[in-house]
Amino acid sequence: MTVGSVAAATTVVDGPLRVAIPLGALFGGTLELLERLGVPAGGVRGGSRSLVFEAGDLVLVTMRPADVPTYVEAGAVQLGITGKDVLAEQRDRVVYELADLRYGSCRMVLAGRRGDPSLGESERRLGSMRVATKYPRTTAEHFERTGRQAEVIEVKGSVELAPLVGLADGIVDLVDTGRTLAQNDLEVREEILRSSARLVANRVAHKLRAPEIDALVARLREATS
Amino acid sequence: MFGAAGGMSVLHPIPPGTRDVLPDEMRELRRLQAALSDVFAAHGYGEVATPTIEYHEVLARGDERGAPAAYRFFDEDRALLALRSDMTVPIARLVATRLAADQPPFRLCYVASAYRAIRPQRAQMREFIQAGVELVGLPAPEGTAEVIEVLARSLDAVGLRRAVIGLGDADLYRQLMQEIGVDGEARTRILDRLAAHDLVGLEAEVGELALPEAARETLVRLPSLRGGPEALEAAQGIGGEAVERATRRLAATYRSLSSRGVADRVRVDLGLLRDLGYYTGAILEVYDPAIGHTLGGGGRYDELTGRFGRPLPAAGFALYLERVHLAQAEEDRLMSPQSAVRSPRVGRS
Repeated sequence: MTVGSVAAATTVVDGPLRVAIPLGALFGGTLELLERLGVPAGGVRGGSRSLVFEAGDLVLVTMRPADVPTYVEAGAVQLGITGKDVLAEQRDRVVYELADLRYGSCRMVLAGRRGDPSLGESERRLGSMRVATKYPRTTAEHFERTGRQAEVIEVKGSVELAPLVGLADGIVDLVDTGRTLAQNDLEVREEILRSSARLVANRVAHKLRAPEIDALVARLREATS
Repeated sequence: MFGAAGGMSVLHPIPPGTRDVLPDEMRELRRLQAALSDVFAAHGYGEVATPTIEYHEVLARGDERGAPAAYRFFDEDRALLALRSDMTVPIARLVATRLAADQPPFRLCYVASAYRAIRPQRAQMREFIQAGVELVGLPAPEGTAEVIEVLARSLDAVGLRRAVIGLGDADLYRQLMQEIGVDGEARTRILDRLAAHDLVGLEAEVGELALPEAARETLVRLPSLRGGPEALEAAQGIGGEAVERATRRLAATYRSLSSRGVADRVRVDLGLLRDLGYYTGAILEVYDPAIGHTLGGGGRYDELTGRFGRPLPAAGFALYLERVHLAQAEEDRLMSPQSAVRSPRVGRS
């Protein structure tokens, strides 16, 4: 692997399309999809400490999924891939959601301790339940939409911990296989939304680079349908 | 925000989304303002000023959701006041009252502060300066085309040679749904998805409608049609009465823009949907490749002055002065030889 440079960053029109690549759970699926399209994304997978990679006619920029809407909205990258859960939580970021890429499927759920009535009991006796989550906005909206009161407690690390030590009556979190929940003696009570990887675009780039973006979207749709 | 120890602090904060301006920036902003004012004046537009505060009822009459005018307070008579969230509604009021005895068309312009309670971030402040024009009394397509011409000349005058004007139709999608027979909650959900730029959600909502395949296809494809005049041709191919009408309107405007020599600035965009409640017909957005935000927008508002008792066809645009300044600065930076210094380290695949 060699190290070079690309022309300086903030223009949505010039140079190759820059695409934000999510690290974490969506990372593998994203690189797999790009490689299926013939994008040479192998270098991103290696142990390089670089964050920016040239890959054919694209520039790939790696970042945490939760940062993708920020970079895309500002136009620092024209396109990005992130989860629907992130987009729902950052609803006020203005980005175009162009395609459901269909991998990284998971559900955002409300979970409580197995057999433990405290979610319902708190609601009945105290008028409100305490819910720990990394998704405070989506959680608050869910309870508002369903006409219930909840005290939403934002945590950064393992959410499963909160009901085990009594910080909260339940949690709102992403569930894939459900194994983590089961290991912590938790069970799904309600489904809040279904998530999967999404392609998003900056609104100015979506206008000014329409042909390139539309062509890429068409290829992605074909590869994921 | 205030120091915790004893409540006293050496910080004297200003509210989020507001800022102070120091001489270097102010000089550049004034230059920008002067360049825009010159263009407005050269096209026969006279500058007006209106109060920063208005009765909330007046602003809500312009945009019934009242959402953009979020700063409200009471005066000593317990009347509800609001900071204006743009200049278009106050100018509609002005045309219907102060100019009631005069003959249209009215060519008015302004450079003024407006206020919106949004989440502040780069290029998006709660207090911001708008520079714009309103052309009241001249219908489409000539009125629209004149406004777009002034906008194009304004972008020339501030040196944003690469900036682009998106031209869409505010009524198109609503009319299309009416024609196809989408109404009630489904209609609201689809418009919500469209306003959120959620094309995945749009497709899912449309997929649930009991409609012929062709109608569903139209609803999904139309918002993605954008580009030069070829986008209009593509839209005509989709067919349907509402699409036909809208594309005829847009084509007429486009022809007028061609004869004015500014059509190359304009991209047709059938996915545009302005979030202000008073637009009818043509809508505009302004982009510059150097920044990821819109620089401004506008469009036709043929029903707005009527809400103040004087129905006149009208159109206008507003540029966000600070964002235009930011775009200028970014364009300068991109053109400067030092820009290579900021290049990131890149790994090659």
